[in-house]
Amino acid sequence: MEKYAQIRSYAIPLPNEDVDTDQIIPARFLKATTREGFGENLFRDWRYNPDGSPKAGFVLNNPLYGGQILVAGRNFGCGSSREHAAWALYDYGIRVVVSSFFADIFKGNALNNGLLPVQVEESFLQEIFLAIEADPKAIFEVNLEQQTLTIIASGAQASFPIDPFRKMCMINGYDDIDYLLSIQSDIENFEQRQKRYFTNTILP
Amino acid sequence: MQAELNMNKTLFDKIWDTHVIKQADGGLDVLYIDRHFIHEVTSPQAFDGLRKRGLCVLRPQQTVATADHNVPTKNQHLPIKEELSRFQVNKLVENCKDFGLELYGLGHPYQGIVHVIGPELGLTQPGMTMVCGDSHTSTHGAFGCIAFGIGTSQVEQVLATQCLLQRRPKRMRITVDGQLQPGVLAKDIILYIISKLTAAGGTGYFVEYAGEAIRSLSMEGRMTICNMSIEMGARGGLIAPDETTINYLKNRAFAPQGEEFEAAAAYWRTLYSDPGAEFEVEHHFDAADIAPMVTYGTNPGMGIKINEHIPTAAGQTASFGKSLEYMGFQAGEQLLGKPIDYVFIGSCTNSRIEDLRLVAQFVKGKQKAGHVNAWIVPGSKQVEAQAKAEGLDRIFLDAGFDFREPGCSACLGMNEDKVPEGAYCISTSNRNFEGRQGPGARTILASPLMAAASAIAGKIVDVRTLLN
Ligand code: SF4
Repeated sequence: MEKYAQIRSYAIPLPNEDVDTDQIIPARFLKATTREGFGENLFRDWRYNPDGSPKAGFVLNNPLYGGQILVAGRNFGCGSSREHAAWALYDYGIRVVVSSFFADIFKGNALNNGLLPVQVEESFLQEIFLAIEADPKAIFEVNLEQQTLTIIASGAQASFPIDPFRKMCMINGYDDIDYLLSIQSDIENFEQRQKRYFTNTILP
Repeated sequence: MQAELNMNKTLFDKIWDTHVIKQADGGLDVLYIDRHFIHEVTSPQAFDGLRKRGLCVLRPQQTVATADHNVPTKNQHLPIKEELSRFQVNKLVENCKDFGLELYGLGHPYQGIVHVIGPELGLTQPGMTMVCGDSHTSTHGAFGCIAFGIGTSQVEQVLATQCLLQRRPKRMRITVDGQLQPGVLAKDIILYIISKLTAAGGTGYFVEYAGEAIRSLSMEGRMTICNMSIEMGARGGLIAPDETTINYLKNRAFAPQGEEFEAAAAYWRTLYSDPGAEFEVEHHFDAADIAPMVTYGTNPGMGIKINEHIPTAAGQTASFGKSLEYMGFQAGEQLLGKPIDYVFIGSCTNSRIEDLRLVAQFVKGKQKAGHVNAWIVPGSKQVEAQAKAEGLDRIFLDAGFDFREPGCSACLGMNEDKVPEGAYCISTSNRNFEGRQGPGARTILASPLMAAASAIAGKIVDVRTLLN
């Protein structure tokens, strides 16, 4: 995983609520066996017509907007556990998703892939949407160290929660697997100790 | 020793605690995983990860693989037509071979939807921790185990270490008292609960389902309930094992046998929430208040009783309007009598033998409406074989239904089975998201009985009016 650097960027507004992972990356694009290239099909059916031409009304097709921050309505990332959703956002160039509420599995997947979910109060989320509406090139700063999101123009700032372990991993670019591999002997001891509970777990 | 430690514990905590190896920095638990299922879509990048790091699978005998999402449900003996699907399914075969994993792929008598085959093979057992790169892993919780969906990075972690780093979720208990009315099924219970708690109402929680209405369900019904826990955002759902659970598991292929079974059952009987156990949140519902349910919008929380009206637009968000526009429905109107084009009876929510028996009993001697495409897709090869042995396939064919081969099918628009743009499909699956059944497809979630009744009528009907 890449280290998370502080982000200063303008933002893409997507006020829809309950954006599910089937919208972020539809199932028919999950056939790839590598992690790359999913950005092309990010929000595919909202972004393109069936014939492949871009839908003019969709925010990603609007040259006014851009940047590394996606700002979305509440309950972002609900539905399927497909990590491809996090890969697609990252591959497209998004490094931060801001919402007032995230679905669990998506949040975990994002954090495992260097994509920072920033959860703010609903009122602050609305303030961000207003700031983008006033100026599509409004700058936001997301500081992971301080756990703050700042609307640069107004100076308004909100802090966001993040699990301390996940924060450490994001900043240093660590994966869980590195840690788990380092405790191999604990795992083996546990298996010995708990054997009587798990006699049926091993396939014959 | 375990008994004392378990004083006033929830079922969830009893299982979780026996699986915590240690606490890592920052308060995360290192959770040991007993059983791991994989399928073709969410595993290839995990195997690549192992290769890149030069790792093998730590406990290959605790992982089982199947192919379900991408498989066609016609002519499974022929090579898969669609190139990318074929490539992905073949990749799974190759990966399982390279890493020494058991695979129930196409052509194997155990093949099927991952959440259907685990239970029917007895691979799913009470007290276990189980994961799969698939959000509906919550299904297995019906047996009183901790089962939840994970992302591909975590699939790699489990393959390499049999462990995950997890923060203990909060606990919620949902109690459904009383008895269901005729024509109301487990699917209606869960659609009703989600309509009350919303699609995000369970986020951060692990849910235990309890109460008379839950206890009196078969294992199939319990699986339907736990399956959709994720549709309210919960990590998973579980139900305490009882004699129904134990009887179901007896003589299953991978369940313990003989004396070992009795010993296991004795342990399983200790798995329940103690009387004083505390839950962060409790909800109570009355089964008598539940009617056959249908969804009208584009998330599973947008459900109503069949005789209710879609909510009015007042006070609703823009997303509500967008959702109705996609579905082609008006705020305030009823769904009763709306014409439908497709009927899909299948998916890990409702494709088990009990579902098929119920549908067969209802459609026997009837004919589906001429304009409707009606698909019945068994959840596994074993369900398919059982249905044939009981002659259900004949009943389906005689009634004009297409009885297909096992797979995820039209639950998600990934394989050949898709609902066309703009068409209405009453579906027994679990998600009505935009485009879930194919680009532009409009999904109405309902129970197998409601789907069968609507297939016959050619429009959405209240199945209760057709029952004697
Ligand atoms: S049947 Fe549908 S929900 Fe279930 S595993 Fe397959 S695609 Fe997922």
